[in-house]
Amino acid sequence: MTDRYLILPIIGHMFTAVLLIFFWRKVNTQRIISVLGSLAVMGLSVGLFIKTYRAGYLTMQAGNWQAPFGITFVADVFSSTMILLTGFTGLAVCVYSTVGISRQRIQYGFFPIFHFLLLGLNGAFLAGDIFNLYVWFEVIIISSFVLMTLGGRKPQVEGGIKYVTLNLLASVMFLTAIAILYGLTGSLNMADLSLKMSAIPNKGLVEITGLLFFIGFGIKSAVFPLYFWLPSSYHTPPSAIAAIFGGLLTKVGIYALIRVYTLIFVPDPFTKQVFLVIASLTLLTGAFGALTKRNMRMMFSYLIVCHIGFLLGGIGMYTRLALAGTVFYLVHDIIVKTNLFLVSGLIYKIRGTMNMDELGGMYEDYPRLSLLFSVVFFSLVGIPPLSGFWPKIYLFRETFTTGAWYLLAAMIIASLVTLYVMAKMWGDVFWKKGQGMENKLTDDFSGMNWKKRGMLITPVVFLAVLSLYIGFFAQRINVLSERIANDLLHPEPYIQAVLGADAVKTSQSE
Amino acid sequence: MELLLLILIGILYATGIFMMLRRSMVKLLIGLILLGNGANMLIFLLGGITRGKPPIIGETDKVLTGVYADPVPQSLILTAIVISFGLQAFAIVLLKRVHALIQTDDLNDLNTPDTSI
Repeated sequence: MTDRYLILPIIGHMFTAVLLIFFWRKVNTQRIISVLGSLAVMGLSVGLFIKTYRAGYLTMQAGNWQAPFGITFVADVFSSTMILLTGFTGLAVCVYSTVGISRQRIQYGFFPIFHFLLLGLNGAFLAGDIFNLYVWFEVIIISSFVLMTLGGRKPQVEGGIKYVTLNLLASVMFLTAIAILYGLTGSLNMADLSLKMSAIPNKGLVEITGLLFFIGFGIKSAVFPLYFWLPSSYHTPPSAIAAIFGGLLTKVGIYALIRVYTLIFVPDPFTKQVFLVIASLTLLTGAFGALTKRNMRMMFSYLIVCHIGFLLGGIGMYTRLALAGTVFYLVHDIIVKTNLFLVSGLIYKIRGTMNMDELGGMYEDYPRLSLLFSVVFFSLVGIPPLSGFWPKIYLFRETFTTGAWYLLAAMIIASLVTLYVMAKMWGDVFWKKGQGMENKLTDDFSGMNWKKRGMLITPVVFLAVLSLYIGFFAQRINVLSERIANDLLHPEPYIQAVLGADAVKTSQSE
Repeated sequence: MELLLLILIGILYATGIFMMLRRSMVKLLIGLILLGNGANMLIFLLGGITRGKPPIIGETDKVLTGVYADPVPQSLILTAIVISFGLQAFAIVLLKRVHALIQTDDLNDLNTPDTSI
């Protein structure tokens, strides 16, 4: 049904960002406006989620130009879940960055750009038009370029070059795929494409177009051969920025991949095989990369790469339960990865370093914080009953039904290595006696007043509680993700919601 | 015409990728620009080329009739050009900044983030 409400999460961020530009260089005002804006958008996202959960599909035609000619916005349960997660993590990172981002960076426009980034993310989740999706991706990457290099320190701009180059390359691939798709069908509306794809005689070209989309989204979500930009850039910006990048930016690539490969293309056995092999290699290279790193944030960056493999493997298996597992993993991963980088920022504030050889003694000095951090770390590993455990049941189970043994092996090795590196990190950072810590004069954290500390710790607590909720009330997320998987594999209601009730029938009778 | 465009697009993509694989930062940038232009030309070509038939409704007609040029690819290209213009401007500033910081044009020297702890 048509409902203009669904555009509000986009408008909310846009309004906040524009408002923030009027308060350029007024740091405190910006902090307050930004937090209020994020809070409001989170409220709107919750509203949107409830609406779509009841109605199933909401659509809006921009400028009232009917689909497939105008630009369509569609909210189904999947996209509204993603918007909800963006709302939660956006709010958490926003509160964290009021203290975690330095005054200079805020003066150079951190908050407006941050809201533009979230605007782009929300837009990408709601886009019902493939070219519109491209435009939202560009909004996301241009904002992320600025955030990545804001401050202009040497490692930041050097990592920035790799990030910018590979993302631009991905955009060109995406655009090339759109060009071929338009040449094949003469349409850009995803629901309309879904109907027209089956009528194309040249199946080989369709397959290649699909794989071009896969390369474009694959670079953005850091899958196997083209992931190296991620570990060499994600540890350079401040932790709050790395948190929103690690939590959401790679996942929007996976979201787009799921959309394109359920609505427009249906993977044939060859494509599935490509996905499965690349997923396995992503899992292994990410895991082994994480093993070698002694810098905490670099290790976490490799773990992002590693865990993208789980998501891609789920898409590659392409059964209802595997997709449900992927969606569940996506929900878990967004919350936990964001929190992981926030935690690493807190550790940096306390100790002033990210090197695990130098870190130590956290447990002795901050026992309660350590307990909080342990929730985050062990959710990531997936120790039952924490949140990482449940989606893996789906994914492991489906490797049996589809016979993807090498994927199962890769998943088990990746899980084991994740457990190993997290346990080793825990031992090094929290239990080991710190080396040279007694000489350190400044501990930024203990010098802060309780308000500032609260601003840093509350978001971590908030996200940790969310991941505990996912862990202990896994049944609810199960129901949600199975419903989403069901919607994804049966796109007819989606098409009917966009194009009108008789669109599917007419195309079948033709 | 189509064949000419096809060869041109091939050359743009090939030189773009080739330049991106060089070690110089300026050549990397040139590669990105060429690649972007190649993609735009591809949209133009695949949208179907129709000569001398603009999609304008005549004074006496109510709707477009006959064969006419598809306006959608051109609006797509326009959007893509504007976007890539912004991104390229950002990339140029970034490269200039990097050059000012490390005094070299060689991409192989950009290893601070990988080696620093």
